[in-house]
Amino acid sequence: MSESALHPVETQLLEVSIGPQHPSTHGVFRMNVVLDGETIVKLKPVMGYLHRNHEQLAENMSYLGSMPYTDRLDYICSMTNNFAYALAVEKLSGIDVPERAQYIRVLMAELTRLVNHTLLIGFLLNDLGAFFTPVLYAFREREKILDLFEAVAGSRMMCNYFRFGGVKADLPAGAMDKVKEIVNNYPRFLDEFERLLTGNEILRSRCQNVGILSKELAVNASITGPMLRAAGVNYDIRKVDKYGIYDRFEFKVPLGNVGDVYDRYYVRILEMRETIKILHQILKQMPEKGEIISAKGATAAKSPRMWKPSAGDAYGRIEAPKGELGFYLVSDGSPKPYRYHVRPPSFINLTILEDMCLGRKVADAIIILGSVDIVLGEVDR
Amino acid sequence: MFGFGVLKGMSVTLWYFILSYIYPKKGITTVQYPEQKKEVQERFRNFPFLVYEGTPDNMRCVACDICAKECPPKCIYIIPEKDEQGRIQKKPATFDIDFAICMNCGICEEVCPFDAIFMDHDYELSEYDRLSDLMYQRDDLLKPLEHFAKIRPTDCAVIEEKRAAKGVKGRAQTPPPAAPSSAGPAQPPVT
Amino acid sequence: MNAEEIKSDLVKNIPGLELQSEGESLIVPKEKLLQVACFLKENEKYRMDYVSCVTGVDYLGKGYLESVNHLYSMEKKQGPVVLKVRVPRDNPRLPSLVPLYRGAEYQERESYDLLGIVYEGHPDLRRILMWDEFEGHPLRKDFVQEDQDIR
Repeated sequence: MSESALHPVETQLLEVSIGPQHPSTHGVFRMNVVLDGETIVKLKPVMGYLHRNHEQLAENMSYLGSMPYTDRLDYICSMTNNFAYALAVEKLSGIDVPERAQYIRVLMAELTRLVNHTLLIGFLLNDLGAFFTPVLYAFREREKILDLFEAVAGSRMMCNYFRFGGVKADLPAGAMDKVKEIVNNYPRFLDEFERLLTGNEILRSRCQNVGILSKELAVNASITGPMLRAAGVNYDIRKVDKYGIYDRFEFKVPLGNVGDVYDRYYVRILEMRETIKILHQILKQMPEKGEIISAKGATAAKSPRMWKPSAGDAYGRIEAPKGELGFYLVSDGSPKPYRYHVRPPSFINLTILEDMCLGRKVADAIIILGSVDIVLGEVDR
Repeated sequence: MFGFGVLKGMSVTLWYFILSYIYPKKGITTVQYPEQKKEVQERFRNFPFLVYEGTPDNMRCVACDICAKECPPKCIYIIPEKDEQGRIQKKPATFDIDFAICMNCGICEEVCPFDAIFMDHDYELSEYDRLSDLMYQRDDLLKPLEHFAKIRPTDCAVIEEKRAAKGVKGRAQTPPPAAPSSAGPAQPPVT
Repeated sequence: MNAEEIKSDLVKNIPGLELQSEGESLIVPKEKLLQVACFLKENEKYRMDYVSCVTGVDYLGKGYLESVNHLYSMEKKQGPVVLKVRVPRDNPRLPSLVPLYRGAEYQERESYDLLGIVYEGHPDLRRILMWDEFEGHPLRKDFVQEDQDIR
């Protein structure tokens, strides 16, 4: 039956607001879409529903006092937020970090990467419609890592564990055995997860060739993290900046070739396997005993109101599980920061959401948003 | 064959379904709260509490106000006690913590120079009224040192050892102030 | 990457450019910002194709607002080059980097929203984190907000 034989049907463009209250937008996030039938013609993200003015709060507090607030930026990966902030302050004031503390920091950061990627894959499948089965498989495995965080730092989510010049407290007895157990069981969990998901025809047909991002656009739009690597660009800040002690570990950087949603999902599974390799190397190389905070850092931690860094500015960045997380600090020599700015990966990765979604259906927009991996605490600060 | 991937995935869920009957310890991972409760780890930090040795009158806190100044959301309110002549005693008359604001960061425990405030393990603290019932006064917050030793044995042992090594005396062991200058109960540990 | 080396390269290649360097960063006059950024992006030695952080700082005591850009190179894996542009507080207008780098779009909108720096040439400059009818720029040092719930 040919369309041209019929009288053309007159339609109107429909403007719909997806969100802010929506179970699949990963938080209070709103997208104003203009639809022609079911096809997206225009998409504008609207954010700011969770804006807590984090940057101004930090201007009224000592440097250590805003460490618990950095936990609440990307509230799933609090350890890496702390790591980025501690790195920025150490660059600003020239505090060094002892050996064992460096190993503990990298250990926590890599465990956080596992936590984040597992949760993301679970929720991406949730957006696809596999209502909660993969989420619960993912959460069952995450629980072991979160229990470890509770044993080490005191809290599962808002860890507040890193200090300038080291970490807050040493690992308790039995923590390294728990890490060994997690690391030994994780590959088997990943195999089971892949058996559940990767070959699934529904996932493949819905995710392949959807939301394609080209290399040039990704670099120009400042995309970072697994989204960039799925598009094919080899840029991992752990390899480029070599912050912490990442140059002592051997690991590969997985790259995708098409840049669609399926590539972003698969790059994250491969990254988890590389993280397990790093964890094995940490377990072998970590010194048994050592200082956990340097002398300068200990004075900063004991009386935060009195500690003054030198005047100047510094930008410290790390490869957070979602992308490049950076902190830009300007200090005027007083105990409170003069300017404190967070460079959030989720916020900037949303720049090309419209480009990826044009011409596709509403259901595709939901899974494209799910693969961008946003957390509203970071987008809005 | 088309559809084989879906069947492979379903075999995983089917396996767990069977496992939950034949080997429930591995197959079922749900903790039926509130009938069963999961044990909290030793370093779990929820809301703070004040420590006393022996009797509640003998608290370690000297109202130095450091925890109130360092607290990031400023949820601690301290007024030191004054004796008849209006001189400041080293004891808090009011020590209010607003649990509705407290974010369980643990910084007050870290900066206290007198080992007087620690983080508790109790998390079942719901109230009906948001504003008034969640302001905990000094007497609600006081708990004995044995409670601290019970919930966090390793940390308590380390702290008590450090205090004994430095010769820090508790409030009960110093004589009550006879001269106009009040004798302080404990020497601050050297940082 | 040495700030002095970058400065000498820029001065050699862009006629009429005067730069100062402060620590590791370069202070660029606002008329030449696009030329400097274009040179850094296309020159073979630098290839700065990735703008990582665009933000603003309010120096109330010195009387200017400053817009700070951190540029990195994904191709050559080098960086950062820090460019700072100073504008007076009563007329904070400067050219936008969005024609060159798409990634600056949301960050410049945020800088406009919270600090009031106006970027000329930005395709869609409106508030992003605060609601559209909000008046004032919250991160300025002289911003006073009326306290709505004084009890």
